[in-house]
Amino acid sequence: MADLMKIRARFKDGVTEVKILMGHPMETGRRKTDAGDVVPAHFIQLVTATLNGKTVLEAQWGTGVSKNPYLTFRLRNARLGDKITVSWHDNRGESNSIEAAVEAA
Amino acid sequence: MHRRIWLKGLLAATALALLSPLRALAAIWNKAAFESEKVDGALKGLAVTHIDPTKDIVLIAPDMAENGAIVQIEVESRIPGTESIAILVEKNPTPLIAHYVFSNGAEPYVITRIKMAETSEVKVIVKAGNAYFSISKLVNVAIGGCN
Repeated sequence: MADLMKIRARFKDGVTEVKILMGHPMETGRRKTDAGDVVPAHFIQLVTATLNGKTVLEAQWGTGVSKNPYLTFRLRNARLGDKITVSWHDNRGESNSIEAAVEAA
Repeated sequence: MHRRIWLKGLLAATALALLSPLRALAAIWNKAAFESEKVDGALKGLAVTHIDPTKDIVLIAPDMAENGAIVQIEVESRIPGTESIAILVEKNPTPLIAHYVFSNGAEPYVITRIKMAETSEVKVIVKAGNAYFSISKLVNVAIGGCN
């Protein structure tokens, strides 16, 4: 799941709805394995979305976001074909990003 | 002697340049707010001052969640000038879940999936200008999901 990232940006009635799925374990640092070992915290801390290179959404997350995070947001100034990029960074310095063009719903 | 000082400076600059991406991230992430074990501490970390109750935030969350590991929360602010939305779960080990900041034409709207340790109020805080608004909803959790 580590590399998985999915995005869909659909324009309808003047509003673009962006849905993103990020493959990530989102470990809180409190979970124990069957052997009783604590699994170290490993979670996404920052998510940034841009529209044609301009920041539209900046999210900070704690450990309470579910595993393999799902996120929806909406833009009112995007047009068909505009480029949306979403990237995340986690507490271990790992990151990933994905890009999509706005399409008709 | 001069060369030595110059070299030291160069080394320090190089080290800083190498470290800066991580350090910059660490500086952005609101550690105090997210690691607080109390709602009050989280709000303090977010620099939230006076909070007014409102009916202009739509919070859609289930009345009953079978599995606390995945609870879908939908938030829409109808407060003019909304800049950010914070989502907290009062009874989670660390209550602050997420903080979203909107700009350049992003609607103050978000759907996100969160973990809930037990039955709790889900609290949403909206910032608009220098004012803060809040709405809460109780979500019953059958099986806690905060591991």
